[in-house]
Amino acid sequence: MRSIINYLKEIFGTVRALLKGMGVTGYYFVHPREIVTQQYPENRATLKMFDRFKGEVVMPHDENNEHHCTACGICEMNCPNGSIEIISKIQLTPEGKKKKVIAKHIYHLGMCTFCNLCIKTCPSNAIIMEQTFEHAVFNRAKLTKVLNQPGSKLSKGDKK
Amino acid sequence: MKFNIYDLSSFTSSINQTLMENCSPFWAVTIEMVLVGIAILSFYAIVGLYLVYAERKVCAFMQCRVGPNRVGPYGFFQTIADLIKLLMKELIPIKNADKFLFNLAPFIVIIASFMALAAIPFAKGLHAIDFNIGIFYVMAVTSIGVIGILLAGWSSNNKYSLIGAMRSGAQIVSYELSVGLSLVTIVILSGSLQLSTIVEAQRDGWFLFTGHIPALIAFLVFLVAATAETNRGPFDLAEAESELTAGFHTEYSGIKFAFFFLAEYMNMFIVASIAATMFLGGWMPLHVGGWEAFNNIMDFVPPFFWYIGKTAVVIFIMMWFKWTFPRLRIDQLLTLEWKYLLPINLVNIIIMSFVVLMGWHF
Repeated sequence: MRSIINYLKEIFGTVRALLKGMGVTGYYFVHPREIVTQQYPENRATLKMFDRFKGEVVMPHDENNEHHCTACGICEMNCPNGSIEIISKIQLTPEGKKKKVIAKHIYHLGMCTFCNLCIKTCPSNAIIMEQTFEHAVFNRAKLTKVLNQPGSKLSKGDKK
Repeated sequence: MKFNIYDLSSFTSSINQTLMENCSPFWAVTIEMVLVGIAILSFYAIVGLYLVYAERKVCAFMQCRVGPNRVGPYGFFQTIADLIKLLMKELIPIKNADKFLFNLAPFIVIIASFMALAAIPFAKGLHAIDFNIGIFYVMAVTSIGVIGILLAGWSSNNKYSLIGAMRSGAQIVSYELSVGLSLVTIVILSGSLQLSTIVEAQRDGWFLFTGHIPALIAFLVFLVAATAETNRGPFDLAEAESELTAGFHTEYSGIKFAFFFLAEYMNMFIVASIAATMFLGGWMPLHVGGWEAFNNIMDFVPPFFWYIGKTAVVIFIMMWFKWTFPRLRIDQLLTLEWKYLLPINLVNIIIMSFVVLMGWHF
């Protein structure tokens, strides 16, 4: 007798558990507000990427066209796949000293794995990760970018 | 030509009359068969395509997604685009496969579901063949589909396919029992195997209500067993994407794959329409015995829409199952059938016979 009761108990318990699961999916079915999908081209204007999203490396410049890069080359050394090339030049300061400044900070977006090592190791916080993501171009050459703007120079605050 | 949406038998008989007057009986019957064939073929294609679309949308909403929404408004033409893609795809010939059986298998699967469609009453008078053993015929014909699945698995010469086909065989052989016995419960109540008589007998209330407790149990058992019969989740061991790649149709490509895919959805439609016909009154509007005004209001909706609506509800429940429950293991699957559904069903038949004998049904 007990086995029959257990048998029936098992059946009703199972049905209850299954109905509970169906309740969850049924709730989502009738509540379209719960949809989490981002419909990309439509929501382009309002789309905000999450904080840790890594889009591309950029070098911020202030209003005087000045950046913080001292051409030390640490980012180039730390890049695991050679996406960064530093081309520096020697400049004479007004005091007559020789000083290394950045000529071209070349960044190959096509080779970058977005590991963030260059940003982590930069001693003067000259480069950051931008959250842009529309990187598609028709020519691979366009993926090679020069990060320092033409005519820019080292910010006054950063003395070597 | 008279066309009455509430009673299509006058429409079909007027076509028959026109044909009989204009040509010999042989040609009249031939033309009628071709017409019915074309009608069923187009119905098959449209329903198959839009069930795929419906499934993708239902699944998406249950998983907090949007589903197809790019091709046409709300992605309405997505499955048509998919079909065109599949039509243009290459049919890859399999080395060491049994060519003849390999090519035959999808046709067996699709013909089985076609033949079943012929005996289903869609509306009053819209019924290709009204056998006096209609429900038995539908049961018998839908079981042919499993031969196609077994052939597909065997002839592919692929271990995954063979395992999938064998699982499908074991599954269908066991669940056929439950489907049959739950339908027998209703046959006891109606006293007939003819589908038109069964529908007509539900004029004063659907069997689900007039047969109360045993009919309700039979309906639930039928829903579970029919889901397993169509090889759909949570009983989709024959395909089991995560274990067997795609099971019996691993080696199929292009339109042959699409045939299996369409047949799966059509089988779902067929079992849903059997459930609607046997338990929910088929095309019969919702009638309550004695409530004349209510019955007349319900009669305003054409029978075909009643039929489609009921079928859609059952299909939705089956989709709900698929996207809620995890897949069963093969031993759990057989335990469910042999230790639970079958004993419940047999007891249920005794209860139903008793109810009918004592006249306790409505």
